[in-house]
Amino acid sequence: MSDILAGSKTTGAAPSDGLAVLESQRSTAETFGIPLAVLAELTHRCPLQCPYCSNPIELDRGGSELTTEEWKKVLSELAEIGVLQIHFSGGEPTARKDLVELVQHATDVGLYSNLITSAVLLTKERLSALADAGLCHVQISFQGNEPMVADRVAGLKNAHEKKIEAAKWTRELDLPLTVNAVMHRQNLHQLSDIIQMAVDLDADRLEVANVQYYGWALKNRAALMPTIEQIEETSRIVEEAAVRLKGILAIDYVVPDYYALRPKKCMGGWGRQFFNISPAGKVLPCHAAESITGLEFESVRSNHSIAWIWQNSEAFNRYRGTGWMPEPCKSCEFREIDFGGCRCQAFALTGDAGNTDPACTLSPMHEKIFKDAEREAAAHQDRFLYRNFAGGTLETEGEHGA
Amino acid sequence: MAASRNISVSEASRPKLPRHTRLKFDETRQVWVILAPERVLAPDEIAVEVLQLCDGVRSVGDMADQLAAKYAAPREAILADVIAMLQDLADKGFLTEVREKTS
Repeated sequence: MSDILAGSKTTGAAPSDGLAVLESQRSTAETFGIPLAVLAELTHRCPLQCPYCSNPIELDRGGSELTTEEWKKVLSELAEIGVLQIHFSGGEPTARKDLVELVQHATDVGLYSNLITSAVLLTKERLSALADAGLCHVQISFQGNEPMVADRVAGLKNAHEKKIEAAKWTRELDLPLTVNAVMHRQNLHQLSDIIQMAVDLDADRLEVANVQYYGWALKNRAALMPTIEQIEETSRIVEEAAVRLKGILAIDYVVPDYYALRPKKCMGGWGRQFFNISPAGKVLPCHAAESITGLEFESVRSNHSIAWIWQNSEAFNRYRGTGWMPEPCKSCEFREIDFGGCRCQAFALTGDAGNTDPACTLSPMHEKIFKDAEREAAAHQDRFLYRNFAGGTLETEGEHGA
Repeated sequence: MAASRNISVSEASRPKLPRHTRLKFDETRQVWVILAPERVLAPDEIAVEVLQLCDGVRSVGDMADQLAAKYAAPREAILADVIAMLQDLADKGFLTEVREKTS
């Protein structure tokens, strides 16, 4: 998933309309104010095996997950300290038997709840129970616009058909629907059809998110990296559709790092406006943060409060603000615009999370990663390594993730 | 369907917030907020006042009457501002309206 409530997505309101974005009025940079939205990764268990999964390679086992009572305590604490929205994610959050109970609890403590799901485990009855429990918004991931590509990428037969069904139930229940489309070399040719699919499903929003390359996606980079021609075509399609579908479908577009000139303002800046709670209860600056070795993350199971962890823990303060920056970030005029890009990507590509994100043209690594991307995209090594608890399974001729 | 999205706001519209758009007072930050999918908006005082009038019963024209009387301001100017603000919210999918059942 993409940056939640990051500047790029929340600056849409013109000042003249009487609405301004909360964050632009009250910067969290100086105060480390409590984030408006938090991502709760309820479990790493998932029936899908997408090769770009944003979960860490070292997945939390079912036995280490927070219990129902622990999650309820977390939700109460979040509401109390000023969090407004909770995103239930995973893995697959509907794999938790207590999801309806957790959504009800979120509602009871005043949190606006969002379900980020693959939808393949949903039944109409369960979705209806979630709506009754106060669920406010449903996001369903799609791997393509038809089963051939989509089921292969998901590594699950009939997944696409089930998603379409669940998306229709979502709208029948009058819940707002967002379609999340994760894009890469092997499905970008379907983008126009995916946009039309989102319109046909009566979605309000479409997230067109190019794969971000850490964790599982980095292992699969050669099979996923788009060509520069594809990226140019993608931008053209998204721009045209955004104008044509104004008022019908809002499109959020996450550009791919490797072909960017400036790095993304990842997570709105490390420890500035977002945190994530892992299935085992670790409080993380982003969902991929555990890929950075050498950082210790505090848990909600520790004797520290969540607010204390956010404000004082070493992991949050290490890369917070601009004081940690080396050159070229330190003296860069954009340092408070992008906050040096993505720490996880800097770690994955340079071995040091404190380096400039190589997505930036000012990074000494930039040219190399751009060339790597071009070369890998041209090589057409299309075989996936499917995500699972066994450390991944390579795709074979006859078996697509089975 | 009694409610419809993608509306064009006019003087006769009777708008209301859909269930996924919540106007709430944020006790921690001491400001009004609009909670919507993936977004938190901070409406100014006037916007809050207008949104609190959006109950699906009052028309936009009624709102303009009420605000013009309250602030002793020209009705036409207020009406134009209210329509522009509500249309912007509607374009974002954060506003719906009640329509007569046609079937």
